[in-house]
Amino acid sequence: MTGVFDIIGPIMVGPSSSHTAGAVNIGRVARQILNCKPYRVEFTLYGSFAQTYKGHGTDRALVAGILGMTTDDPRIKNSLAIAKNEGIYCHFKGSSEPTYHPNTVRVGLNCINEQFDVVGISIGGGRIIIKEIDKVPVNITGEYHTLICSYTERLGMVSKVSSVLAAKNINIAFMKVSRDEAREKALMVVEVDEPLHDEIIEIISRLNNILHVKYIEKIEL
Amino acid sequence: MDKLKFHTLQDWEALSRRLGLSLHELVVKLEAFTSGKSEGVVKEKMLQNWLVMQQAIADGFAKEGATMGELADKEALKLKNAVSKGIVRDDRLSKVCARALAVSELNAAMGRIVAAPTAGSCGILPAVLATVGEDINSTDDEIVDALFVAAGIGIVIAERASISGAEGGCQAECGSAAAMAAGAVVYLYNGAPEQVFHGAALALKNTLGLVCDPVAGLVEVPCIKRNAILAVQALAAADLALAGVKSAIPPDEVIDAMGEIGRCMPAIYKETALGGLAATPTGIKLKERIAREKS
Repeated sequence: MTGVFDIIGPIMVGPSSSHTAGAVNIGRVARQILNCKPYRVEFTLYGSFAQTYKGHGTDRALVAGILGMTTDDPRIKNSLAIAKNEGIYCHFKGSSEPTYHPNTVRVGLNCINEQFDVVGISIGGGRIIIKEIDKVPVNITGEYHTLICSYTERLGMVSKVSSVLAAKNINIAFMKVSRDEAREKALMVVEVDEPLHDEIIEIISRLNNILHVKYIEKIEL
Repeated sequence: MDKLKFHTLQDWEALSRRLGLSLHELVVKLEAFTSGKSEGVVKEKMLQNWLVMQQAIADGFAKEGATMGELADKEALKLKNAVSKGIVRDDRLSKVCARALAVSELNAAMGRIVAAPTAGSCGILPAVLATVGEDINSTDDEIVDALFVAAGIGIVIAERASISGAEGGCQAECGSAAAMAAGAVVYLYNGAPEQVFHGAALALKNTLGLVCDPVAGLVEVPCIKRNAILAVQALAAADLALAGVKSAIPPDEVIDAMGEIGRCMPAIYKETALGGLAATPTGIKLKERIAREKS
């Protein structure tokens, strides 16, 4: 059932929940996937995002998310200047190529040690879905605390990760495993009910065959 | 928890009566159960929304510069100045209009608002509640109660029809906001549940078929002024309901009719900016100007 605060709320910076609030959330999730501060971020906008991004402030909203702001932050309007001051170079381009959804953005993030490419869609009311991380298809909504583990494809990885979580009393809400075509690199997305402490993330990242661990905090809508 | 759920306005009224609760008390209890939070936390969150709504009215009047697409430039202030010069009468009508403009313009200028039920329709509820509340000296608590009633009406509309312009056109966004506001005003005046629902129905009926045709796809034309004039309609609908005027079609059936009209509405009138005002020669020119200036 629809909640009271889905009707009166959220408190947000306008003008549009899909083109502004959703864009902040995509930026925030993308920033959390990168473990260090980016110096360069490239945004490719598709569909309605490409056509109306200036008028809806989608560009400012995406950058605000990269800076860690939430959808109700009054600084969203000035995010481009704030990013510049912090030494983050942001570049925008539109694309008319067909893609997942009318409101799609590809975010290319660069920092000294890492480089990531994230594709997100804004599906209305500030809700989003991350569709790709580094070309691997995913389906992350950010409605739960989410753990993303990339690893070398080996038997028993799911049970290793889930035992760590169970031992720490963390309940798994949903879990999905996917892998690349060569069956070498795999990705495990685990959505959990409780927030994860750094310690748990540290234990999981030290497991054999684990390449990267990313943790995305739940988006409060 | 299931015993608190309602899917029609009629169910909501019957359920409240059976449990000996007022309309807003049932909504508060239901939200507390579904969210796992205490009733106090739920009420506090709604009070926070009301405080941000009031701040948005003030910010909207104080804001400098035009909206993002520059299709509206301090329209709320124009009306306020006309009132202070005596050109326009200082009454509920001019107040509610100016306040709805202020909040909607603020939204289009990337200011902080409360979606009610959406960002595109965010001017109606704050304008109507601030104006009526001021008129009859309502306390914040009374207005918060009225907001829970507005939310209850919105929940039924969202479940049976839609509150999204992309799904149902503007009738689903600004129409729903006007219905919620009308019901909330009747509640502030201590109207009976039946009067609350008829107020909502009268407001919603008058927006049936209203299309979402935003120029250049932005939440500016016609959205900003539509918020202002629909806020006035919400007041008129509430007055009628308080006077005992009823909608000949029962409120739940009006909601269902809105849903049906929305489903059958062509896609060019559902936020795609391909029809109506967006597709007029001037609408297209404005779109091209914005694309040129902003790229």
